[in-house]
Amino acid sequence: MKVSYFPGCTLKTKAKQLDKYTRKSAEVLDITLEEIENWQCCGGVFTTARDEIATKLSSVRALSEAAKKDQILVSVCSACHNVIKQTNNAMQTDDEFNFRVNQYIDEEYNGEAKVMHFLELLRDEVGFDKVAEKVKKSLEGKKVAAYYGCLLLRPSSVMQMDDPENPTIIEDLISALGGEPVIYPYRNECCGGYIALENPESAKARSNKVTDSAAKSGAEIIVTACPLCKYNLEKNGSEIPVVYFTELLAEALGVKEEN
Amino acid sequence: MNNSTENLQKEIIRSSGVNPKKCMRCGKCSATCPAYDEMEYHPHQFVYMVENGDIQPLLESKSLFQCLTCFACIERCPRGVEPAKLVEAVRLAVIRKQGANHLKADDIPALLDEDMPQQAIVSALRKYSK
Ligand code: SF4
Ligand code: SF4
Repeated sequence: MKVSYFPGCTLKTKAKQLDKYTRKSAEVLDITLEEIENWQCCGGVFTTARDEIATKLSSVRALSEAAKKDQILVSVCSACHNVIKQTNNAMQTDDEFNFRVNQYIDEEYNGEAKVMHFLELLRDEVGFDKVAEKVKKSLEGKKVAAYYGCLLLRPSSVMQMDDPENPTIIEDLISALGGEPVIYPYRNECCGGYIALENPESAKARSNKVTDSAAKSGAEIIVTACPLCKYNLEKNGSEIPVVYFTELLAEALGVKEEN
Repeated sequence: MNNSTENLQKEIIRSSGVNPKKCMRCGKCSATCPAYDEMEYHPHQFVYMVENGDIQPLLESKSLFQCLTCFACIERCPRGVEPAKLVEAVRLAVIRKQGANHLKADDIPALLDEDMPQQAIVSALRKYSK
């Protein structure tokens, strides 16, 4: 299967492992990730204002590129996926926004592309059962806490990945890899996000709630799909390690290089 | 169009797409807001203050820069009011003014540590600056 891939700025810099293990895992699973040519940063957060046009053009260009190739547009960073999917939804549902965006781009675009997070690609296109078949090194009952944060699930009317309050997608992947998913109360609450820059205390309070909640529930490790979540949880002293879900995936598939 | 409160109110409602009249004042948005303690005006207050045209205090409030854009209030409002969209529209009404950026590119190096992901910087710039 060939898909369009939007890595995003952080995956080329501070979150190289997220990118690397996504690519390695994709290879094992017969997915070809075709990187969008000349992609530009998504901007990190979706601006809900309907009259914000220029800030959404980078997403529209990536979407239009994927649509032209008739490929699914896949990202693995929670933030990129959230921005791109919400932008696509705005192109489909907000005529005024759509009209204004189309004044800036060469070829008309009306939200035709299909947008998926890498997790959804694994669940809906590959199938977690197929992923399980390719496991070489089971996680052997490792207790893994999935941290969803905000951006994968919300707003659920647009993201449509999973039940926003009782998600299972990452837990199901963990099970497929032989791990034991740990359900804990704060798995879909905010880590503080970009507030870390200006008000690190606020980010600390948010992040500690998440990591304490995961640790108390018996987790040995936390997985995330978001570089900023990982930063906040680690920076604020998580007792247990925080890794990208793709790292565990690559490990289970036997393609993680030893450090 | 002048800068009257009435016009500003219309502009905020138009740009956010929110209909504050749908709010039933249940407070669920504020109860679920992770930035509650840091915000002087809470999400439900944004809703009724915009509805009442009581916008000046919001324009001056630091609350605008404490919202985490976590979409929790958008997700959990039982009436589909989507309060964070109003927070966004009011914030834009502030930072779109010449020289009113909350965060300047020159301020950023001092706020960084070596692990800070690029995502934090681009997100903050998007939220705090034009
Ligand atoms: S989006 Fe902002 S206002 Fe709404 S719950 Fe999150 S932090 Fe609070
Ligand atoms: S949750 Fe919705 S209905 Fe309830 S106070 Fe907030 S905006 Fe109003």
